[in-house]
Amino acid sequence: MSVFRQLSAVVGMNLRNLPQRTGASLVIVIGIAGVVAVLVSVLAMAVSFSQTIAGAGSPDRALILSGGALQEAMSSIPRDSVANILDAPGIARDREGRPIAAAEALAQVQVEPKSGGKLINVALRGVASVEPELRPELHLVEGRMFRPGLHELLVGRSLEERYGLGLGSHLEFQSGDWTVVGIFASSRPSTFDSQVLTDAQTLLAAYQRDWFQSITVRLAGPGSLDQLKRALAADPTLHVNAYLESAFAAAQSQALNTVLKWIGYFIGGMMAAGALFGALNSLYASVSSRSVEIATLRAIGFGAGSVVVSVLAEALLLAVGGGLLGALCAWIFFNGHVSSMELSGLQPPIAFAMSVRPDLLTLGIVWACVIGLAGGLLPAIRAARLPVARALNAVV
Amino acid sequence: MASLVSLHNVIKRYVRGKQTIEVLHQLDLEVPAAQFLALMGPSGSGKTTLLNLIGGLDRPTSGEIIVAGEHIQNLSSGQLAKWRARHVGFVFQFYNLMPMLSAERNIELPLLLTSLSSAQRKRNVAAALELVGLTSHAKHKPAELSGGQQQRVAIARALIADPTLLVCDEPTGDLDRASAGEILGLLQLLNRDQQKTIVMVTHDQKAADYASRILHVDKGQLIEAAVKSAA
Repeated sequence: MSVFRQLSAVVGMNLRNLPQRTGASLVIVIGIAGVVAVLVSVLAMAVSFSQTIAGAGSPDRALILSGGALQEAMSSIPRDSVANILDAPGIARDREGRPIAAAEALAQVQVEPKSGGKLINVALRGVASVEPELRPELHLVEGRMFRPGLHELLVGRSLEERYGLGLGSHLEFQSGDWTVVGIFASSRPSTFDSQVLTDAQTLLAAYQRDWFQSITVRLAGPGSLDQLKRALAADPTLHVNAYLESAFAAAQSQALNTVLKWIGYFIGGMMAAGALFGALNSLYASVSSRSVEIATLRAIGFGAGSVVVSVLAEALLLAVGGGLLGALCAWIFFNGHVSSMELSGLQPPIAFAMSVRPDLLTLGIVWACVIGLAGGLLPAIRAARLPVARALNAVV
Repeated sequence: MASLVSLHNVIKRYVRGKQTIEVLHQLDLEVPAAQFLALMGPSGSGKTTLLNLIGGLDRPTSGEIIVAGEHIQNLSSGQLAKWRARHVGFVFQFYNLMPMLSAERNIELPLLLTSLSSAQRKRNVAAALELVGLTSHAKHKPAELSGGQQQRVAIARALIADPTLLVCDEPTGDLDRASAGEILGLLQLLNRDQQKTIVMVTHDQKAADYASRILHVDKGQLIEAAVKSAA
């Protein structure tokens, strides 16, 4: 009981002394806040981007690309191969026995934002329609469906919000003028939100192409992917590969996600080292300014352990303060902030809303605590080893 | 009367860079219980070093220090801290009060190391405040008290855990003559009425005159100056 009283008394005295060391305390708080804000923001960017890429994929859909294509943009499936592919087993069928699938074409177009400024690269995807059976997560939120044969477009909601490409907008690219007739959205963060959709056949005609980029199919059930793969491999006229859509999407984002996380940890680590030395310096100064107080407590009979705990408690309190401040800044400035990044040079940028999730905030605060404790350890040991007689005589 | 403090062949050396300085040379001292001893001497004579050794704040380079039956030179740092809490009350020249704590909280500090309940601690603090005549200043912080009042709080803090020995380092060094007289009178009262053993370092002869015995520390040696029959 007296140990607890001893600890709480010394810790309480130290913390009550904090206002007298505002400047030095702020160095610690702001340094750690900076680390946490940067770390959480970069990780939120990485995680949100990955989520958006992964959001386009589904575990019950397969993506079929031409052999050797590592990305959808690098793939080409001849128009006359599509029927053979759609006849393969493993593809789910509707009540009329038609395959639930869509051959899709992809083009990169440049459009001018409504607000002016430089042209932006946008992915134009040719689809059969906003197919509810194939992609139930996509739905029209405004306007109507495009009509085949006409230069009509559906615009993803994030494009519409970011660049003002609303209903009735006219976009100038290949083969003239295209009109936005509808706005669609995905029920989960997805790359589709950054795309423009049109009728696949209209797109092929406009670009005078005779091939699609990919075929997306709904799988009939568990084990259907292997069945489909075997059937496609057995047909010598086809040179295509089938991938589980969710796995393909995850693989697409993995490299960039890893790089972003490394950047986050590297910058965060460098800043953490700076903050740690800042904390170390400030806490050494704090111990030095309190040397008589500490020596007096030690003379009275307070143990070295309570002195160590009091310095660590100060470091921890300031670190948690800095961590919370940094987390709050990251949340205020970046949560919901729409950013865009390119997955590769072959694809247009993908817009995504940054989500500063609770697990990232927790991670940031854990980092703050580790920095605080690491920065407080040596000053705490110095405080405990303070020669009592010398420190007391220093005042005389 | 039996000795409360015994020093035998105590040597204290300090190392400063490449130089070793011997501050106390094979010093012997006996302080009987209930004695009020004043240690006098010029700056650098070793009187504060001697006081620190008696109070368990420092260790001798060699020799034996026995206080209240304990060979304190053999105690570890942690054991020494506990021993100090039980046996020694300290009064410093600049009071060394915790600036953020009220007078009563400052006085209570040594009791936080005991198993006394909160109510018991409050009662003891109230009694100590009354003893030093500061009941009405219980809630005042050190900055709101005069130098003499602060030193009274420091004395109350030193006494609160009923230590065997009171160690005072220039207790009136920062006070005006009137306040110094009050503090010394209080120490004398504690020695006479409560039989407290007091070892006080001072460079002021008038302060030393309040003690029952005066020793001069000169170049690390002790010279008996006066022993009053009242002791």
